Amino acid sequence: MFQWFHRLAASKNFYRLAEILGPLFGVLGAILLTLGVYRGLFVAPTDYEQGESYRIIYVHVPSAWMSMFVYMVMAFCSALFLIWKMKLADIIAEVSAPMGAAFTFLALATGSLWGKPMWGTWWEWDARLTSELILLFLYIGYMALRASIDNRGSAARAAAILALVGVVNIPIIHYSVEWWNTLHQPASITKFDTPSIHISMLVPLLMMALGFTFFYFTNMLSRARSVILEREANNNWVKDRFRENRL
Amino acid sequence: MGGAFWALLKRDMLLAFRRRADWLNPLVFFVIVVTLFPLGIGPDPGLLRDIAPGVLWVAALLATLLALDGLFRSDFDDGSLEQLLLSPQPLSVLVLAKVLAHWLVTGLPLLLLSPLLAVVMQLQVVAIPVLLVSLLVGTLTLSLVGAIGAALTVGLQRGGVLLALLVLPLFIPVLIFGSSSVIAAASGFAVDAQLYLLGALFLLALVLAPPAIAAALRISTE
Amino acid sequence: MLLAQDLAVFRGEHCVFAGLGFELRSGEVLQLHGDNGSGKTTLLRALCTLLPLEQGTISWRGSALPGARAQYFSEMIYSGHSEAIKSDLSPRENLIAGAALRGSDSIDIDAIIERVGLSDKAELSCRSLSAGQRRRVTLARLLTSHTALWVLDEPLTSLDVHGRALVEALIVEHAKQGGSVIYTTHQPLSLDGCDVRSLKIGL
Repeated sequence: MFQWFHRLAASKNFYRLAEILGPLFGVLGAILLTLGVYRGLFVAPTDYEQGESYRIIYVHVPSAWMSMFVYMVMAFCSALFLIWKMKLADIIAEVSAPMGAAFTFLALATGSLWGKPMWGTWWEWDARLTSELILLFLYIGYMALRASIDNRGSAARAAAILALVGVVNIPIIHYSVEWWNTLHQPASITKFDTPSIHISMLVPLLMMALGFTFFYFTNMLSRARSVILEREANNNWVKDRFRENRL
Repeated sequence: MGGAFWALLKRDMLLAFRRRADWLNPLVFFVIVVTLFPLGIGPDPGLLRDIAPGVLWVAALLATLLALDGLFRSDFDDGSLEQLLLSPQPLSVLVLAKVLAHWLVTGLPLLLLSPLLAVVMQLQVVAIPVLLVSLLVGTLTLSLVGAIGAALTVGLQRGGVLLALLVLPLFIPVLIFGSSSVIAAASGFAVDAQLYLLGALFLLALVLAPPAIAAALRISTE
Repeated sequence: MLLAQDLAVFRGEHCVFAGLGFELRSGEVLQLHGDNGSGKTTLLRALCTLLPLEQGTISWRGSALPGARAQYFSEMIYSGHSEAIKSDLSPRENLIAGAALRGSDSIDIDAIIERVGLSDKAELSCRSLSAGQRRRVTLARLLTSHTALWVLDEPLTSLDVHGRALVEALIVEHAKQGGSVIYTTHQPLSLDGCDVRSLKIGL
């Protein structure tokens, strides 16, 4: 098992795997997103309280989920990198950070857009939106640290430590912000509570979430491939592929 | 092991007494930031009283952040940090000594000055003991967590702004529980929950931060 | 005592050196040769585990390094480019702090200060010392703990003729007592009665 893992972690093998999985995930993601958008925007019934404006959840909720999921991927890869010095894990963490930040930003932007019809304001200090904003700061800090250290090895290790410190803090930040929110606005209704969402609304939501996940993996794999090519430009397998025009 | 801990603590305290700017500047910064609020908002005592807990806590947090940048900087510049890393003593214990010395010369004066600023901000007198306790536990936690960021950025030119970017999000839970304990005390509510949570955060930082600081220092000296 | 096998260190994608190995026995002195930028300092820092190895192993008394780090650190001392001296402290305070950090007590600081010729400067702030005098403080630090291995990066920097004789005497004495030394220098040292080997770095 471990040997298999190590063989996969060799850039060359991973590159080959990414070449196959990337487009596959891309097709799956495109199908799911198309279906999800269609069913979410046209088939799902109108909400009796929020009217049509609730439909933004089909972008907002998957983005929010992905913003967390990508950070978990980053933290997991950082741990793999620090413990087993697996360079591939570092590459995945590196290319995931901007995508995670983009998902976080999308979640914030759509949350803000949703806030206007809901509360009549573009920004509400809602617990989840605030947590999401802090998550964006964490992503920015991670990318800024990586960009400031010249030596790639040091940058990778420093960023990995920061990601692990961040992942320990995320639940603490989340619960403290939630606590802060209930303390200051005891009567407010949290809009993101969807305890009894109707099945016809839920199915497109899950499709969108899965579609987002496939989109992330497709994009992550193609970014990882270009980083591998850049880092291994001097290796023979890259030169061979370049000569044969199969990059 | 204890010997090295105390020797390092003593050395850093001695250095701080010979270089007053290191600990005086953050203290003066703390006073000035708090003074800016009445000037920016207006001298209405009721308004000041309402915002006092938050202002005092945010100012203390920023002053701690300002002081953190120098935590490992001079040791890094003159090569003492390398000697620290090559010590046979466990590095986590040594960094704990450094963080403690740093807190004693920057955090403690902040704490002692805070009642005065609380009076300036019209904070109710009953809330002052809670302010002191929350700042005591809170700034210790901030120093421990912030030291991770200081260790990560010590090798960088202009690491100060990056340090703020890295550690301010991590300071948020301490800020929330710290200032809300003072708010609760000022309104006459129980403050046990907030103080226990601050204590829990401190213990967590005490256990988890030193190994992270040690690892970060080893990377920064590469 | 110290065994280095097949060492390779990278700076980013750039290979500083590769396939480097040597063994250092008790009482031996090893001088590193090489042009500027050939990686002498890099090798010394890698031997101190301050730099990560891309490849290879370093063993101390038969056990590989990251594992045996605590024992290794208690038996080696590194004196690098930077002096690691606090300008606001006196030579004596610097040495006391340095010795405590290495866990060595019951050493005669006064005798050591006299040995390096700083007796009349012992209580002054290091800020007021000359570069050569500060370098002598770093030499004194070598004596504050009884370590088997000295790793010295350019120990002659800013030293005058007497200082150079002091470095030579200290190295010879250390080797006679069964210690080993690895050092870099651009000026040849005359180490009489010592088993000096040299290692050339650079491609």
